[in-house]
Amino acid sequence: MYGNDFSAPDDAPGGGLLGEVEAAEAALREAAARARRGGPAPGEDLAAYFTEVIDADQKIEPRDWMPEAYRKTLIRQIAQHAHSEIIGMQPEGNWISRAPSLKRKAILLAKVQDEAGHGLYLYAAAETLGISRDELVELLLGGRQKYSSIFNYPTLTWADVGAIGWLVDGAAIVNQVPLCRCSYGPYARAMIRVCKEESFHQRQGYEILHTLAHGTPGQKAMAQDAIDRWWYPSLAMFGPPDGDSTHSAQSMAWKIKRFSNDELRQRFVDMCVQQAEILGLTLPDPDLRWNDERQAYDYTQPDYDELMQVIKGNGPCNRQRMEHRRAAHAEGAWVREAAAAYAAKRAEQKEKVAA
Amino acid sequence: MTSVEFVLGLGDDALVAAQRLAEWTTRAPEMEEDIALANIALDQLGAARLLLTYAGELEGAGRDEDALAYLRDDREFRNCLLVELPNGDFAVTMAKLLILSAWQLPLYTALSGCADERLAAIGAKARKESAYHLDHASLWVKRLGDGTEESHRRMQVALDEVWPYTHELFVADPAAPVDPATLRADFDAVVAAVLDEATLTRPADGWRPGGGRDGVHSEHLSYLLAEMQVLHRAHPGAEW
Repeated sequence: MYGNDFSAPDDAPGGGLLGEVEAAEAALREAAARARRGGPAPGEDLAAYFTEVIDADQKIEPRDWMPEAYRKTLIRQIAQHAHSEIIGMQPEGNWISRAPSLKRKAILLAKVQDEAGHGLYLYAAAETLGISRDELVELLLGGRQKYSSIFNYPTLTWADVGAIGWLVDGAAIVNQVPLCRCSYGPYARAMIRVCKEESFHQRQGYEILHTLAHGTPGQKAMAQDAIDRWWYPSLAMFGPPDGDSTHSAQSMAWKIKRFSNDELRQRFVDMCVQQAEILGLTLPDPDLRWNDERQAYDYTQPDYDELMQVIKGNGPCNRQRMEHRRAAHAEGAWVREAAAAYAAKRAEQKEKVAA
Repeated sequence: MTSVEFVLGLGDDALVAAQRLAEWTTRAPEMEEDIALANIALDQLGAARLLLTYAGELEGAGRDEDALAYLRDDREFRNCLLVELPNGDFAVTMAKLLILSAWQLPLYTALSGCADERLAAIGAKARKESAYHLDHASLWVKRLGDGTEESHRRMQVALDEVWPYTHELFVADPAAPVDPATLRADFDAVVAAVLDEATLTRPADGWRPGGGRDGVHSEHLSYLLAEMQVLHRAHPGAEW
């Protein structure tokens, strides 16, 4: 009953990646057991100590000294990730009221609820870097921080819910599994929790598509149409090609990122081809073919000009998503004020009783 | 022998309540509340699935939870009017949830000890969830009632608006495994304590809208069902 009441077919994706998450979790425990020195010695060069911790594959923790640029990069990346979870609730939330069976409705509701939970863990991880959630929310609502471009595409049919699970969550996991080994402890730990749940969501999405692809001709066509629309936006989720990626080199040196955008994109394509075959659905790329020399699939790159337009705010749903978030925030203000006033009164009463 | 109509009524209450609560997803006043409302919606949906499945078995016409949820029209739905009312602002939603959960808790508790084993099992599971829903709604009614001037005003307006729909919940049904009329005193005591602490006034009893249990609903239900059923009905016989 509730969200998790079906078993995925044996050929569903996620198994290998979940293994990597578990390996990262074990590595995290080992690194903790190796117990780095308790901190720099008095008078020791802080930057040298920071580099030593990173080089030893141990974790930087909130109280450690860190370069200001490292802190800023992490705040930007973790906040963007948190915002993506919160905005990402909208495209899928769009289908909760119309889910075609009660079981699917329960699964989808539980999934969207998980995303809100991921948003909360990630905001908490960002807060360890010395910024508050309220400040981050203001940055999002003011358009000064981004969220993933993918959530600016509309969910037009039920099959889109399946395509988001399989492709969008799939791409997110490929991106996030290496972050389970990221050098900043709170982020790495949040990613381990997030990836386990995301992997489950990906299986659920795959299962929706599997059912549609084996259903009526109308359902199969719906599934194919969804994949046709979500394939390239999902490939674009890995970001611009390596040559154009501004943050990559420094992030790799700091072990925030472990692989380049193009490496992760290739890994995702290779994973999807086989899964699409099992589904009996086609990826919309006529030039997709196995390259024996590279031992990987050749594929057509997504349209990066379109990606840039979406990032700039000109995708199909950017305005709608932001407007929705701002409206919820504004309409809820009186409720948050009431909660604060009530809490203040209770605190005052307690003080009186104590006095 | 438990009547199909009784079980269907409870199942429809939970299903329609879930549909309304789920409308809050991505719209709640704070992120924690988004999670809480989705959580309560999921509980209601879970109870609805158990109850509708059982109602279908009692009926014996081969209708499962989805046939009952997606292929009946509003004239065949048996939910109380309270749950189909629009969400309104957050105060209206909390007023509705307070009334619903303060009714469902003693009802499920009583059902958990009834002779119908199937209903008893459902009641035992659902009452734990209802206790959490009641706690959550009570806390918010107090926060809003005894919060700011504006929240107090809104909470009282919401309560006044929703209160008449309480009556329908307690209409006597002596043939039912638990007669709803016997739950009134418990409900009144629980709600009075919450309203008191929230500095709110219990509305006077007067207008008594009803008809939901006979399939005579407000104008709201047909829209709710149109949205809920649209996809399922567009693909007759499909598996999802």
